[in-house]
Amino acid sequence: MWVGIIITLLLVILGLYLSMTAGRIDRLHQRIETSSLALDAHLLRRSSIALELATAGVLDLASSVVIADAAHAARTSADLDKVLKAQVESDLTAALDAALEDPEETAVIEITELGSGLLDELDAAFRRVQLSRRFHNDAVRACRQVRSQFLVRIFRLAGHTTWPETCEMDDTRPHGLNER
Amino acid sequence: MKIGLVCPYTWDTPGGVRSHVADLALTLQEHGHTVSVLAPVDDPADLPPWVVDGGRAVSVPYNGAVARMNFGLKAANNVRRWVRDGEFDVLHIHEPLAPGLSLLACWVARGPIVATWHSSHVRSRMLSAGYYIAQTAMEKVRGSIAVSEDARRTLVAHVGGDAVLIPNGVRVAAFLEDGRLPQIAADVPTILFLGRIDEPRKGLDVLLDSLPTIIEKIPNIQVYVAGPGDLGEQHENLNPALSQSVTFLGRLSDEDKARVLRSVDLYVAPNTGGESFGIVLIEAMAAETAVLASDLLAFKRVLEDGKSGALFTNEDSSDLAAHAVRLLGDSAARELLVDAGRARVREFDWDVVVDDVIAVYESVGMPGEKVTTDIRGQIVGRLGMRPVA
Repeated sequence: MWVGIIITLLLVILGLYLSMTAGRIDRLHQRIETSSLALDAHLLRRSSIALELATAGVLDLASSVVIADAAHAARTSADLDKVLKAQVESDLTAALDAALEDPEETAVIEITELGSGLLDELDAAFRRVQLSRRFHNDAVRACRQVRSQFLVRIFRLAGHTTWPETCEMDDTRPHGLNER
Repeated sequence: MKIGLVCPYTWDTPGGVRSHVADLALTLQEHGHTVSVLAPVDDPADLPPWVVDGGRAVSVPYNGAVARMNFGLKAANNVRRWVRDGEFDVLHIHEPLAPGLSLLACWVARGPIVATWHSSHVRSRMLSAGYYIAQTAMEKVRGSIAVSEDARRTLVAHVGGDAVLIPNGVRVAAFLEDGRLPQIAADVPTILFLGRIDEPRKGLDVLLDSLPTIIEKIPNIQVYVAGPGDLGEQHENLNPALSQSVTFLGRLSDEDKARVLRSVDLYVAPNTGGESFGIVLIEAMAAETAVLASDLLAFKRVLEDGKSGALFTNEDSSDLAAHAVRLLGDSAARELLVDAGRARVREFDWDVVVDDVIAVYESVGMPGEKVTTDIRGQIVGRLGMRPVA
């Protein structure tokens, strides 16, 4: 009789634990999803400003062409697979860095009100991309940590959800923006 | 943006976290945001309209100290109502692991949640007992901020996860207003000490030991000592020959602290250790007063290795005296430090720092997303029932 009670009690505790942990995993997956959407929104904002910068006439022609091309590729990358999209965004970072690498050149762009306003916006967008990517990867790390627990794997608490992946890309702010 | 800030410690008692939250709230409002602060309140009279009373706090032993915080179902309901009625774009929780309003807010809310970590000495055993529960609430935090490298390291080591470093700000404008403290002599060289007078690591003894040498060179020197602590004992220990030159001001209000900093020629920080940041140095620079500080690592960092404030060898009162005599006799050298300090302080001005905080707010949610109450943690939520409003 006592054995029965103890076993039932243990089962109830196990059940509660599993139910709570399944809730945690669900919440973490939602957090990953929102952080990924937030990152996408900031990336889209960044490529829009880059395109504006390229067509505003404040850059030299060669830089304008390179940035416009990279920004256009980034803006139309929504349907691409995650790794490819990260590559396209890294390419945009590289194009912006090539054009805005030299603080002396950004100083020239900043002379006009239009140019300085666009650089401010681009700087703000870059910072938000860096932050939201960091927060996204932190959510992925937290989720992976729970999902790799023994009981979670045995009881398949994560169901059919895919194993979360971090977002790896180059989002270093162009040197010229840093020095402002 | 509509921002909800949660402060776990009582609004009535001065403290680091509390003044951080107050300064952040004021600056955010100056930048055109709507702010509501939820904090435990003992005395609801003269509460600013943007502070919401989270209830009376009780004293509980926690993390090796007695803290005053809110508990219980009533407190949880207060928090839930505040979150529901606030319709915040961001919920910003301070010191999230402090049980009480902060942990409760994490528990009852969902959506864009940001947390700021202040303390840097969470004991490693602290988390073990409540770890599972705390972890579950912590996982809802979408973005973490740490106010110092030490606080960041604590978070990484004990809770896991990443944090963005955004230093404590100072409301520079508040230190620049006019007005001197009438007690301070205007026509003689003056030195100020700020801090608890009975805490050895604040270094009052180092300053008092240096005084005979300073008086020898500058006989009309006046030293002002401001800060809480047992005055009687300090008076007795004071060499009678020095008592002519030293005035104890006792504890000062925030306004008077700014005034006294503006009124003196030299602010001396002889702290001997245990400082992680040195916000008071920044306040002195904001008040445009020359600074002389011990060469602690934290102070060296704030003073840019002596560029924006002079440094003396820690615990060496003769070195302190030599520097003090030099600076008091040379107003051009003081002016140079004040100019460098003014530039340095810009980096810590809340007016600038707040942009980094807003960048974090905008990075944690999707446009248009709001903070809502979370019922999944409760039985009604688990059974899929709708809550009764």
